[in-house]
Amino acid sequence: MKYEIVVGLEVHVELSTKTKIFCSCTTEFGGEPNTHCCPVCTGMPGTLPVLNQSVVEYAIRAGLATNCAITRNTKFDRKNYFYPDLPKAYQISQLYLPICRNGGIEIQVGDQKKVIGIHEIHMEEDAGKLVHDPLEDCTLADYNRCGVPLLEIVSEPDFRSAEEVLAYLEKLKATLQYIGVSDCKMQEGSLRADVNLSVRPVGAQQFGTRTEMKNMNSFKAIARAIQSEADRQIGLLESGGQVIQETRRWDDNKGDSFAMRSKENAQDYRYFPEPDLPPVCISEEWIDRVRKGLPELPDQKLKRYTQELGLSEYDTRMIIGTKAMADFFEATVTLCGQPKEVANWIMGDIFRRLNETDTQPEDMALKPEQLAKLIGLVEKNVINRNTAKSVFEAVFTQGVDPEVYVKEQGLEMVSDTGMVEAVIQKALEQNPQSVADYKGGKQKAFGFLVGQCMKELKGKADPKQINELLHKALGD
Amino acid sequence: MTITPEIVDYVAQLSRLELSEGEKKRVEKDLGDILSYMDKLNELDTTDVEPMSHTLPVNNVMREDVCRPSSDREELLQNAPQKKDGCYQVPKAVE
Amino acid sequence: MNIWELDALELGKRIKDREIGVAEAADALLDRIEATDGEVNAYVSTFRQEAAARAQQVQKMVDAGEGKGPLFGVPVSVKDNICVKGMTTTCGSRMLYNFRPPYNATVTDCLDKAGAVIVGKLNMDEFAMGSTTETSYMGVCKNPWDTSRVPGGSSGGAAAAVAASEAFYALGTDTGGSIRQPASFCGVTGIKPTYGTVSRYGVVAYASSLDQVGTLGRDAATVAASLDIITAKDAKDSTSVAHPDGGFYESLSGDIKGMRIGLPTDYFGEGLDPQVKEKVLAAAKQLEQLGAHVEEFPMPIVEYVVPAYYIISCAEASSNLSRYDGVKYGFRAEHYEDLYDLYLKSRSQGFGMEVKRRIMLGNFVLSSGYYDAYYNKALKVRALIKKAFDEAFQKYDMLLGPVAPTTALKIGENLDDPLKMYLGDIYTVSVNLAGLPGLSAPCGFDGQGLPVGMQLIGPAFGEKRLLNAAYAYQQVTDFHQKKPQ
Repeated sequence: MKYEIVVGLEVHVELSTKTKIFCSCTTEFGGEPNTHCCPVCTGMPGTLPVLNQSVVEYAIRAGLATNCAITRNTKFDRKNYFYPDLPKAYQISQLYLPICRNGGIEIQVGDQKKVIGIHEIHMEEDAGKLVHDPLEDCTLADYNRCGVPLLEIVSEPDFRSAEEVLAYLEKLKATLQYIGVSDCKMQEGSLRADVNLSVRPVGAQQFGTRTEMKNMNSFKAIARAIQSEADRQIGLLESGGQVIQETRRWDDNKGDSFAMRSKENAQDYRYFPEPDLPPVCISEEWIDRVRKGLPELPDQKLKRYTQELGLSEYDTRMIIGTKAMADFFEATVTLCGQPKEVANWIMGDIFRRLNETDTQPEDMALKPEQLAKLIGLVEKNVINRNTAKSVFEAVFTQGVDPEVYVKEQGLEMVSDTGMVEAVIQKALEQNPQSVADYKGGKQKAFGFLVGQCMKELKGKADPKQINELLHKALGD
Repeated sequence: MTITPEIVDYVAQLSRLELSEGEKKRVEKDLGDILSYMDKLNELDTTDVEPMSHTLPVNNVMREDVCRPSSDREELLQNAPQKKDGCYQVPKAVE
Repeated sequence: MNIWELDALELGKRIKDREIGVAEAADALLDRIEATDGEVNAYVSTFRQEAAARAQQVQKMVDAGEGKGPLFGVPVSVKDNICVKGMTTTCGSRMLYNFRPPYNATVTDCLDKAGAVIVGKLNMDEFAMGSTTETSYMGVCKNPWDTSRVPGGSSGGAAAAVAASEAFYALGTDTGGSIRQPASFCGVTGIKPTYGTVSRYGVVAYASSLDQVGTLGRDAATVAASLDIITAKDAKDSTSVAHPDGGFYESLSGDIKGMRIGLPTDYFGEGLDPQVKEKVLAAAKQLEQLGAHVEEFPMPIVEYVVPAYYIISCAEASSNLSRYDGVKYGFRAEHYEDLYDLYLKSRSQGFGMEVKRRIMLGNFVLSSGYYDAYYNKALKVRALIKKAFDEAFQKYDMLLGPVAPTTALKIGENLDDPLKMYLGDIYTVSVNLAGLPGLSAPCGFDGQGLPVGMQLIGPAFGEKRLLNAAYAYQQVTDFHQKKPQ
């Protein structure tokens, strides 16, 4: 039988607000254990939460950017469970009236476009970090992350392949970075996903029994986990077995998932409205204000780059794949005014070098000013394209200023016509056979002569100029 | 509402409470009595009544996103029954 | 006359006039507590050293003429669920037997600003769950009028201390009657203000949507002056609101002519002790003689307030008390096998039976399959209760009724029958469910010489009316001046 997989995602994103969601402690990553804490975020008796306005603002931004309806009267609820990373033994979250609902994101896999539905986005607080202490075989709790604001973005079960999941995650990540609500640094855990997966025979109407894999923070691992879990479920069904609804832990090193052991067989979170926080009423004006403040989103950029800047759709998608690269592109274009030229550099040397050095666009040292100057040097015929490539290497690896570097290394093209003519004269004299061949109709010989001139000029010449003067010297 | 020993066990587990056999019997009776009395609310017609969790018409209480110094760690941890390396210490939390 | 026998306001005046020193007053009260509290057990802890140091600072302000307010420099005592930085805050529970908060409750800061000297923490039912102050891990508190009886609860220590002249005034908390009922049992005056007008920050939570800090004193004037101190909007409490009609003490006039007072007939039905009924109705007559219009009216919703209250308060409590797990503060069991067992043992040994009962009840009504039938139903009934009061206040400026069905009970009388104990809250809990102000003031004594209290209930922010009515009543009666022997 042929099966199809059905996946739904719950993506948790840590917001890049300055302070925690319910207290004024910093959200800064790292720090000595329990130094970004206060009585509120460590759940001391009698302390109370006060909502950070920026969290609501960011949530509205995320909702608008993913085409959601914003809930006008949104409320918080308590989710109750015991665990040492949760000092109050309840997480303040949203169940009944989440801030955003019914949105969607368009993705593209190959030539196929598809909209993935967003069921809801809700605001909640992050939990602390538990570290195993091998010396005493115990657990140590650090509450620095406790109360860092999170958005949970819950998709509809609309994915049918790992590729769709990846396309969605890339798009979502870029969108969240564009609107400035999260840096989405996966290595710091600021974007993580729970994967709900089931399989069913192709054509079946009903969903199969699903399993959940929690807290995945690498796109590659997610792709592998989806494939492995789908295979496992299909294997079970094929051999007459059944899928059990359970939470599984993906071990990316072993390439396999394992059912999680839990003393609590049933999760009964006993959600109820958070009495310590009044409702948040979001007015039309507030939404409008946020909408006006939204930056250009990926879909809008795609349209503008292709229609106004004349870039290809492929190049555009590559460039706007991350906010860092799109920002770099736009800043460079602003400086040099040559979008196609900038796009060519990015698509060619820049992506190649990032790949070779395993660098993320946001961590790239290259500055828009540097690329703009380099492009300017070519445009003003100070250096030729070949020289520009070697200058780029120096700029990318050593961070030099292209103009200074070109001067210091004496890489400017020889623009003195007299000197170029002298070199040509010399080349004609030393290669009479080539001159004869050319005159006899062998075009190849012309190229050889150009090469000889260029060699003599140590590559620092404008090929166009040599062409012209050579033709003239040959009496064409 | 009839409270069964299974419900008592379930609720005790949700509450992270350990009850002796005698206490279980007593809780079964007490919860049964109290909840039966609470069933009285069913006499009231509450169709079309909005559940009320806040009595005051207060909303949009929010603060500016401005950092304030966190607490002194020693002061925070002074009440911890067991601590190590600036952390709260607990038995191994197994997944 | 001994200093400890003075009225709070009289002492405030003498401190201001520098006839009595701030330290002298605190010392006199601490001596009194030492002498008599062995029998009453109103205090969980006293702070002689800290009080002396604090008194010196306050005295300097008095000397510099910076003392503001009629209670400046007067010693105060606070219920042991209100955080005072560095001082144990036990909530009457083994669970917090050693907990020293590294922060102040906002009301504690308010007291500091008003030149109060905190001398000690007052006994209470464990986590404020109870109406007798028998469930305290720190021992049973007794009624100064008859030490074989309970002082009421959960602010039993506060009411008993004021009655026994062991406190000039006190801060208590009221979630379902915990200020008003002990005030009634002990013959003192107490107020539970409008929800949100006094900050809950740093007050150990029982049921967040119902909890409110209030004050107890010998008379309405003291209660008004002390309520002025703690009434303030607080940025740390999101449910906090600014009181639109503050300045309670200044506005006491004693004039209640034309005031419309409603007597809900359902507050005087079956279950009410005839002696209590008689005294409260006599008080209604007295108020009528002072110029008020008194009128009976039906309020059938009263029958449903106790179930709604216990469902909501226990649900919130089950969540609020989950944080006591032996990890961050307070009690941790000595022996346990693993993390799960640490939770079980610490909570089972740290909490008393009544607290466990309410936690389990709360977890039940929130659990999967029962939420709608119990919790959500109770929230809807809460809306109906609020509506019934809103309608009553279209016709009346305030309501008058009993505080409790009886006078003070014998120790141990209701401890084994929780439902019977819960039913004793029938006249007080609706005030919390609707977020309204309620005041309890002495209005007589029963045949055994036990105090009887009357309750005045106002619309939201109607504290002035209640305090003024009680003040007017106390100008022409002397029940509030009687003291136990």
